[in-house]
Amino acid sequence: MSEGITLEAAAAPRPRSVISEGRGVRWLLTGIAILFLALFLVLPLLTVFAQALARGWAAYFEAFAEPDARSAIRLTLTVAAISVPFNLVFGVAAAWAIAKFEFPGKSLLITLIDLPFSVSPVVSGMIYVLVFGSQGLFGAFFIEHGIQIIFAVPGIVLATIFVTFPFIARELIPLMQEQGTAEEEAALTLGASGWHAFRTVTLPNIRWGLLYSVLLCNARAMGEFGAVSVVSGHIRGLTNTLPLHVEILYNEYNFVGAFAVASLLAGLALVTLVIKSVLEWRYAGDLAAGGRH
Amino acid sequence: MLGLLGPSGSGKTTLLRIIAGLDFPDRGRVLFGGDDATGLPVQQRAVGFVFQHYALFKHMSVADNIAYGLNARKRSERPGKAEIRKRVGDLLDLIKLSGFADRYPSQLSGGQRQRIALARALAVEPRVLLLDEPFGALDAQVRKDLRRWLREIHDRTGQTTIFVTHDQDEALELSDRVAVLDKGRLEQVGTPDEVQDRPASATVLKFLGDSVEFEAIVEGERVLVDGRPTPAVAPRGVIGPARLYVRPWQLQFVDPAEAHLSGTVRASHRSQGRQRVEVERPDGRLVVVEDFDGDRYAAGRPVGLRINGGYVFA
Amino acid sequence: MVATPPRRFHFRRPSVIPGFGLTFGYALTCLSLVVLLPLAALVARASGLGLSGIWDVARDPRVASALRLSFGVSLLAALTASVFGFVVAWVLTRYDFPGRRIVDAAVDLPFALPTAVAGIALASLYAPNGLVGAQLAKVGIQAAYTPIGIFIAMVFIGLPFAVRTVQPLIAEIDKEVEEASATLGAKRLLTLTRVVLPPLIPAVLTGFALAFARGVGEYGSIIFIAGNLPFVSEIAPLLIVIKLSEFDYAGAAAIATIMLGISFLTLLVINLIQAWSRRRFGYV
Repeated sequence: MSEGITLEAAAAPRPRSVISEGRGVRWLLTGIAILFLALFLVLPLLTVFAQALARGWAAYFEAFAEPDARSAIRLTLTVAAISVPFNLVFGVAAAWAIAKFEFPGKSLLITLIDLPFSVSPVVSGMIYVLVFGSQGLFGAFFIEHGIQIIFAVPGIVLATIFVTFPFIARELIPLMQEQGTAEEEAALTLGASGWHAFRTVTLPNIRWGLLYSVLLCNARAMGEFGAVSVVSGHIRGLTNTLPLHVEILYNEYNFVGAFAVASLLAGLALVTLVIKSVLEWRYAGDLAAGGRH
Repeated sequence: MLGLLGPSGSGKTTLLRIIAGLDFPDRGRVLFGGDDATGLPVQQRAVGFVFQHYALFKHMSVADNIAYGLNARKRSERPGKAEIRKRVGDLLDLIKLSGFADRYPSQLSGGQRQRIALARALAVEPRVLLLDEPFGALDAQVRKDLRRWLREIHDRTGQTTIFVTHDQDEALELSDRVAVLDKGRLEQVGTPDEVQDRPASATVLKFLGDSVEFEAIVEGERVLVDGRPTPAVAPRGVIGPARLYVRPWQLQFVDPAEAHLSGTVRASHRSQGRQRVEVERPDGRLVVVEDFDGDRYAAGRPVGLRINGGYVFA
Repeated sequence: MVATPPRRFHFRRPSVIPGFGLTFGYALTCLSLVVLLPLAALVARASGLGLSGIWDVARDPRVASALRLSFGVSLLAALTASVFGFVVAWVLTRYDFPGRRIVDAAVDLPFALPTAVAGIALASLYAPNGLVGAQLAKVGIQAAYTPIGIFIAMVFIGLPFAVRTVQPLIAEIDKEVEEASATLGAKRLLTLTRVVLPPLIPAVLTGFALAFARGVGEYGSIIFIAGNLPFVSEIAPLLIVIKLSEFDYAGAAAIATIMLGISFLTLLVINLIQAWSRRRFGYV
């Protein structure tokens, strides 16, 4: 041996991880990150609540007493109540077909399901105008039969379904792919019917992922602005959702009203974020690893 | 070449990382040939560390991986480009991967990655080469080949080397000296012969291979089992009740009259020219005896066993 | 020799799991009706115009200026979001500090907050009499109702994309690789630049592309702060809305086609980056 390595007891050196930056650099970077997030994310959120309460609680609640505000709330709830279940059924069906079976063209199908994510909200609304609008592809047909889609509730529902279309499928596909088919096959060999296997084996395995994606889908459905704005026609009391109502109030310089209604949506966003974070911490293993939007 | 041997969780890897400067001891110092290296940051320790999973840089070619340590030097100490290229070429020759300079790690097999990791560590001409479970992630055949090859390289370069393993055969075959660790304590350091012939503790003995345990009495020089003397020798200072550990090949089938113990054969199986016979003693305990693949020992046959050696601990 | 029976063609690999026909059929029907058919209407409308028709619309000075503004500012905003997003992702995965989880959750705020809400909040913050706007006004910068305001809104909505695409990869960095670099004598900075950062570049580029695509198409959070002055702060999506309200479907379709084309190009680039990185490093 060319050299001796000796280890001796006694003395006490200072431990410092060799794979971390120095203390100064760590403080600096953490400072930059927190300052940046505070300025760009937290401050706007606080502004919403501060502005909403600028003239006190009485003025704040007045904003919700208006009949237009009430009908906007009603419409937003209605739209979400239709579009979220629709996308839920679609998402589960699509994930079942894609995750549990092998067939050609699968990745193309996934790309197509993802498509609405990469389309501008304005374009999302516009394509329905092109189909159902008075000069649209089928516009004449629907007008003849007295069915109004654009500038009416059906158009708002359609546009909302479009922008939230990928949410649930996107979460469930990788999750169900990870879980494979072994458990379902086991259930079938034990004599379960397909539907029974789905309810007793698949569903419990994906429940947290399902809840997670429904939550995000709902938040987007209630908050969508661009796409809905294009198809709504902004008829007060009839085709105004909450985000559109915010816009109208803001443009009328009724800032307290606008921010009061906005605070409702911001509250929804906060609740969504909190539940989402809790789900991510508690059930990280039961959620799909990729594609968190 | 020193082998750090011990069961998992015995602190071998931690010790290796402390020597490298990747972990820090609560107490104690690390000396390199008399120089205190305890306070020296890992970058200045001049160690070559080969990680268990190689930790190759995936985005760099093989040549860039090997040259990394040289390129990381200060400009004044850095060899010229041509010099670096030559060094990389020499090392690739040494590890017999000459044509692989432009490949990427993802295009190599496990054994090839292992050799690249070794070349990368050797490139900086370390004062000590540290290998963490160098063959742990490889399959059996590649493992054997690489073992022989590592010994060859060591004999050619004379590089001070410390490697960690939990495989006794690997440690005994490769090392000039073996250090046996258990539960964070250094149990024994010695040549492979020393640790096998004179294990310092029952832990060392048990870790180095199978053994049968007997209750014995030490009277002066003699070690008695069931009142009969055995050829085992008690270490100085052990008197009275003690434990005798006997390797399977230190037991011999004999006529029951000369036997230290008797029993009946339970089962026997043959493997690679030897047979292992399980003998049940009258009190129900099982003893495993290793014998040449000669006489057949049918189940149920009464046999006598003589103890031909063994190790005594208090 | 055993004669192999002729192989039957299957659209999908045979499986004992039931329900393929039903779920596949239902999913495909929904997809066609909700996504493909309306998008086809856009393509039909655009192809009615022809390339020259689209080019004519794009050459209109007001349209050209809106497109330039949307793409230019989005590029800058995505760049900013990527740089700061990387720092945020690094700090959140590598350092521990009190409140780290809350900060981590806050990154998703732009995903969860309705764009109109973000829009009016940013507008009132950065307006000349707003909390931040007043400070900026002191140094002579007017953010709201200028392209700077658009930039701020685009950074806001792009940030989560930039953070969330690199964060999992930073978490997956093999600590041994960093240690290997250190044992070979590399100082921390060299380890970061030569060993840690290069494998992250594809993810950073992907995050950049996603933030860029989102910024170009964004509407709700921008229009309140932008001021929407033609030739100055009028973004392309707003122009689509204006054209639609004037029943100029052809003009709207032309702008939408250009924007869609760019976002598909961006998606293609993302896929290429990921394919390249998979080939090169064996992971995405």
